[in-house]
Amino acid sequence: MLNIDCPWCGKRHETEFRYGGEAHIARPEDPAMLDDTDWAAFLFMRKNTKGYFAERWLHSHGCRRWFNVIRHTVTHEIVGAYKMGEKPPKLPKPAGGAK
Amino acid sequence: MVKYSIFTIARNALTGHKNWPKQWRSPEPKATYDVIIIGGGGHGLATAYYLAKEHGVRNIAVLEKGWLGGGNTARNTTIVRSNYLWDESAAIYEKSLQLWEGLSQDINYNVMLSQRGVLNLAHSLGDVREGVRRVNANRLNGVDAEWLDAEGVKDFCPIINISKSARHPVLGATLQRRGGVARHDSVAWGYARAADALGVDIIQNCEVTGIKREGGKVTGVETTRGDIAAKKIGVVAAGHSSVIAEMAGIRLPVTSHPLQALVSEPIKPVIDCVVMSGAVHVYVSQSDKGELVMGAGIDSFNSYAQRGSFHVIEHQLGACLELFPIFSRVRMMRTWGGIVDTCPDASPILSGTSVEGLYFNCGWGTGGFKATPGSGWCFAHTLANDAPHPLNTPFSLARFESGALIDEHGAAGVAH
Repeated sequence: MLNIDCPWCGKRHETEFRYGGEAHIARPEDPAMLDDTDWAAFLFMRKNTKGYFAERWLHSHGCRRWFNVIRHTVTHEIVGAYKMGEKPPKLPKPAGGAK
Repeated sequence: MVKYSIFTIARNALTGHKNWPKQWRSPEPKATYDVIIIGGGGHGLATAYYLAKEHGVRNIAVLEKGWLGGGNTARNTTIVRSNYLWDESAAIYEKSLQLWEGLSQDINYNVMLSQRGVLNLAHSLGDVREGVRRVNANRLNGVDAEWLDAEGVKDFCPIINISKSARHPVLGATLQRRGGVARHDSVAWGYARAADALGVDIIQNCEVTGIKREGGKVTGVETTRGDIAAKKIGVVAAGHSSVIAEMAGIRLPVTSHPLQALVSEPIKPVIDCVVMSGAVHVYVSQSDKGELVMGAGIDSFNSYAQRGSFHVIEHQLGACLELFPIFSRVRMMRTWGGIVDTCPDASPILSGTSVEGLYFNCGWGTGGFKATPGSGWCFAHTLANDAPHPLNTPFSLARFESGALIDEHGAAGVAH
């Protein structure tokens, strides 16, 4: 069970949240100008990082606000949470064995 | 290869079973291969086997970073079925089921296929309509399927609770009688032994760390045991597909999640079929040892950790007890997680890529075990001919650009 630090409510259990996948995927400025390859890249292609990963969470059973979290996808270590539009926290030095 | 039969058992009994030969060699990697398969799970080993057997390719290596079948092949709930909704899926999963039905004879290894019937429960009017629709679709595609009402479900699986007062009452179920379970380890070991006998080099403890390319074409791999050259590379790395793709500068539409399963203490035979419910998220069967084997839905977050959160198991067991009150005092023995590579449309990818000679077989998500023989068979064809077989043509990477997705979220059952 993850303990997630909501930027508004503080640390809560994972069961209060809903996962939103990879963070910082900007919607294209002018979708009509995209070709099929670029549209597929926006819609479907994902980083799926093994290591420190920026992801979105929704505090659905709390303040109901979206925010971002930096979490390690092998150790599940959470580096920090930050509000939408804010800069992500600095990454720590990689732990032993993790990239 | 020593053929396994009652006579070899008898002969080896005379020497106290001390002289059985090793089932496969552990060769040093050669400098170069025609085809390298990355990933020594069921799908990778099946690919190597069918490449050698059906297409006459003999200079093949299977590179496995750990040990054979130690990933998802060892971590699934061993369910085999082919009752998928769409024509494309029905065709490839049915091909797989047909291969399952002859597999023990084909590879001379008992994979203990037990076609005990698979129920997929319906708990709402929507589920019922979807279930009946899928039964009809299956029949049109030549896949055996039946619709059972609640009483029929109770007849088929007497311990199930069909009370109307349940939170999610059982209103009926689809039944595929040819579905069932198989012995997961035997599948990996059997394919490994059969492939090895055809000259395939199976190299364990050999992690791929880079994909070497020249002019948009693969030339080989970098590994923890040195560089190995290859004309073609087939990546069958399940949850780690994205990691390998990144080495080759390719992006995939898959995300990796933990999928948890658990077994109970062994008990006497109590359930002789497989029961699955996509709506309340649980699936149950009983192993030959007597353990109840249960699976959950995926954990929502991305992970490569082979473990998940406890609340997923709690949720799953709550659903299980509502369906089977008789299990209320059974103790659970072990839980574990595997890393599944899920696709946006819950269908797999068996496809070439923008890099010449580099092929991916991934995205099987939560349901890869049942597809092991068919997946290997189709992927072997794709690698040998540099073109997909008609069975896997629809499962190309190009579908994410064309929009011809194959949405199997319903038939994929639990998870996603």
